[in-house]
Amino acid sequence: MKLIDKLYKDAPLATRNEITPKLGFLLTILLALAWLIPFLWMGVATLRPASDGINLMAELMPSLKPTLDNIKDAWEIGDFPRYFLNTTIICTGILLVQFVTITLAGFAFARLDFAGKTVIFYLFLMQLMLVPVLLIVPNLRLVAQLGLYDTLAGVMMPFFASAFGTFLMRQAFEAIPTELEDAALIDGASLIQRIRHIYIPLSIPSFSAFAIISVTSHWNDFLWPLMVINSPDKRPLTVGLSVFTATAEGTQAWGTIAAGTLMVIAPLLITFLIFQKRFISSFVTSGIK
Amino acid sequence: MSLAEPAALPVAAAAPPRLHIATRFSARLKASLPAYLLLLPSLIFLALFTYGAMGRVLIDALYQRATPKAPLRFVGLDNIAAVLADPAFTGAVVNNLIYAVGTAVPSIGLALLFALALARTNAVTSALRAALFLPVLIPMVAASALFLFIFLPNVGLLDYYIGRLLPVLPNWLGDPDIALYAIMIITIWKNAGYYMLFFLAGLQAVPEDVMEAAYLDGAGPYHRLRHIILPELKPTFLFVTVIATLNAVTQVDHVFVMTKGGPSNATNLVLFYIYQQAVEHYDIGMASAATLLTLAALMVLTALSFRTMANREGGA
Repeated sequence: MKLIDKLYKDAPLATRNEITPKLGFLLTILLALAWLIPFLWMGVATLRPASDGINLMAELMPSLKPTLDNIKDAWEIGDFPRYFLNTTIICTGILLVQFVTITLAGFAFARLDFAGKTVIFYLFLMQLMLVPVLLIVPNLRLVAQLGLYDTLAGVMMPFFASAFGTFLMRQAFEAIPTELEDAALIDGASLIQRIRHIYIPLSIPSFSAFAIISVTSHWNDFLWPLMVINSPDKRPLTVGLSVFTATAEGTQAWGTIAAGTLMVIAPLLITFLIFQKRFISSFVTSGIK
Repeated sequence: MSLAEPAALPVAAAAPPRLHIATRFSARLKASLPAYLLLLPSLIFLALFTYGAMGRVLIDALYQRATPKAPLRFVGLDNIAAVLADPAFTGAVVNNLIYAVGTAVPSIGLALLFALALARTNAVTSALRAALFLPVLIPMVAASALFLFIFLPNVGLLDYYIGRLLPVLPNWLGDPDIALYAIMIITIWKNAGYYMLFFLAGLQAVPEDVMEAAYLDGAGPYHRLRHIILPELKPTFLFVTVIATLNAVTQVDHVFVMTKGGPSNATNLVLFYIYQQAVEHYDIGMASAATLLTLAALMVLTALSFRTMANREGGA
């Protein structure tokens, strides 16, 4: 309780002697530690030598003779560089097209007046609820009809338009003073020039928030790429990891599974730890829609 | 939520009185052309993958193929009837309801606890927030790979540390009575940190002077929570509940990796059922009928939540 008291020294005066908030805080500390256990096990098991045997596999105390063999094995069994490349292509492709679609649509909603604006706005709004993952059956048929079955483009296409991104950019553009645009208008700048030189540069924070949300969610996508992709060499990380896990599970190679999982989640986790604040604020924005 | 502004109507007085209504309409359309061009790229993809997809689900649900090679046959509502009569589907709906409530309530409760405990910002609370947020970032497939071992009978993490206290070790994922609850744990672990963020944001809206007044009046922690904080967090609760429900219907990656809906359909959720019908049984009619029912349920839910939000706004 000493530690808790110390952590509570900046609490409002009146609450310093209350016991309930401190108990809640203590419980949260314990749960936060419990939340980390799967990650802890992943790290320990990755470095555990196979000679420790299956009985010590669950031991959270690290082995005294750590080894990189599991990482080597995982690297050889799964084609992780290829999965990594595919996921990167998918996320980048989606994001680049989204940047174009959400900028144009966001600008139209923020600054232009047109017939049917309300109706079209609601058409966008509804996409937030009709999550693409529910429409996998018709979308798979469409992707097949377009000749994009088993292609990375087929994985990307349903996400090219983003209602959330459009609303985010609409909000960002609305916050930009119209005087700036008026000045450019007087100078004879075209619509696209005004978007390109005024609206986009002033909305970089919104673009980067959107990029974080978009990349995180498509990096983690599983069901849709699982359905679209057939060839092993086109699998993204998630599908690759599930196949890899299923294979290694049969041989009880839990150290290898831990190593494979670590390789898949490390890039996002490291990026998060570096840009923690940006990530958290982007995720909060994503909810405010 | 006042996202939409009604498009301004053309000012009647400005238009010449004799002008034919169609001409005026086409003038208005012409003025709207730049906006339509800007919206076109988004609208094409929305038309293909959201609204077109809904239309195709509607049509596909009315047709049936006897065998994968047989021609399409119009069957009307037979597919819907067949889905509703399929015990696997009704079982999946029941599972999904249990799963939705059983994941939403604990994860929202935990999220509130976390947010209340970590509302002040210092090095310790930031680290704890990060720890609780980490699961949000990793793919569900990766979480499943880790939890496969946690739940592994006899040698897994749970049995190794906690199972020894129990007289009989349960087979967490192999027992039909337990498996659904086991996969709920993953979802709670994965989502609580996400919902925490919204409560943290919501807590910032609690007026500080009201809180201070409550301290001075000697209101205890329970009264402050019950009478000041919770009322202030109502919109957050509503929003997070909608998100949690959507998640319960759309996140099924762990079912694929860990249980494939088994044992004996105990962890079969609606989206997994749809996938099975489409990809394993090649029955597009059944899959579309099930999709249609799910979409209808979600749209009712959406309408209800919008109404609640609109009512709240109207009252304010």
